[in-house]
Amino acid sequence: MIELIKQPWPWYIAGPLIGLTVPALLIIGNKSFGISSSLRHLCAACIPANIPFFKYDWKKEIWNLFFVLGILIGGAVAINLLANPQPIDVNPKLVQELTEYGITNYSNLVPVDILNWESLFTLKGFLLMVVGGFLVGFGTRYAGGCTSGHAIMGLSTLQWPSLVATVFFMVGGFLMANFILPIILSL
Amino acid sequence: MTQQQNTNTDFEVRSLDAMCVNESKLEHKWYHNIKYIIVGILFGIIFVKAEIVSWFRIQEMFRLQSFHMYGVIGSAIAVGLTSVLIIKKFKIKTIYGEAITFSPKTFNKGQIYGGLLFGFGWAITGACPGPLFAQIGTGATVIIITLLSAIAGTWLYGLLREKLPH
Repeated sequence: MIELIKQPWPWYIAGPLIGLTVPALLIIGNKSFGISSSLRHLCAACIPANIPFFKYDWKKEIWNLFFVLGILIGGAVAINLLANPQPIDVNPKLVQELTEYGITNYSNLVPVDILNWESLFTLKGFLLMVVGGFLVGFGTRYAGGCTSGHAIMGLSTLQWPSLVATVFFMVGGFLMANFILPIILSL
Repeated sequence: MTQQQNTNTDFEVRSLDAMCVNESKLEHKWYHNIKYIIVGILFGIIFVKAEIVSWFRIQEMFRLQSFHMYGVIGSAIAVGLTSVLIIKKFKIKTIYGEAITFSPKTFNKGQIYGGLLFGFGWAITGACPGPLFAQIGTGATVIIITLLSAIAGTWLYGLLREKLPH
C-alpha cells in the first residue's frame, strides 16, 4: 500500500481529491476555496500602510492562513515520508528543449539548475524568481483570484467572470512558456 | 466636494474579490482553525504526490505535451461542480448548522489584464500561489523569495488599485 502511495499519483486520483476540497471547506466552516487571498491577508496583517485595499479585519480570514500553512506542512510530509525515489518523468520533447538551456536535473519538483540561491543574483534568476513571483502576486489579485479561486471554485459555482479569468490565465501561460520564457532561459 | 472618503470599506472591498466574505455569526476559539491546517496538509500532499507543484508539469501543460494537468484541473472542476450542486439541492449545512452561502463574482477588466499577468507568472515560476507554499515545504528554500515577491506584487496592486483599469 505504502509503495503504491509513493508512486506519482495519476490525474484521475488527484483531480477529484482536489475537487473535494471545495465541499470540505464549505461544510467545515462555510469557506470558499481560494489561496491567493492569503497573500492579501499577509499584506493586511503585516504592511497595511493605510491602503484602503488592506484595511479590513484580516483576522476574520485567518482560516486562510492556517490553510496555506497546512499546504506548506503537507509539502514537507509528502517529500519526507512519501517521496518517489525516481526522478520526475517528463515528455522527451521537453527534456530535449530544456537540455539546450542547461536544465538536466529532474530530481526535484523545481528545476534546481535554474532556481537556486546562487542564480538569484543573476539576471536570469532574478527574472525567474523575483519578477515571476511578482507577476503571480500582482496578477492574481488584479484578476481577483488564482487557479483555485477562479478555475476551480469559480467554475464549480458556474461564474462566467471566472471562466474569463481562467481563459486569460491559460493565454498568458501559453504566450510566456512558448515565446518569452525560452528567451529568458537562454540568458 | 469633500475628498473625505469612508475608509472602512471592509465588506465592500472584500466582496469585490474572489475571497471569503461569509460572515459567520459564530465565534470560535482559535483551535477551530486546526481543521483548516488538516485540510491544507492533505491538499499539500496531493499537490506534491500528483506533481502539480512541479515546474516541469506546468511547462508540459503550456506546451501541450502532457494531458496530466488538464486532467487534474478538469476532474477537480467536475467534482467541485457536482458537490456544489448537491449542497445547493439538499441545502446541506455546515458542521455548525449554518447555511452554506455563495457570493457571486462580478466581472471587471481585471480578470483579463490580471489574468494575463498571472498567466505569465504561472509559466515562469511553474507555480500558482498554492504550489509556492508546497514547494517551500519540499525544501526548495529559494522559493521563499518568489513568495515574498508575490506578496510584494499583491501589495503593489493594493497601492495602485484605484489607478488601474477595472
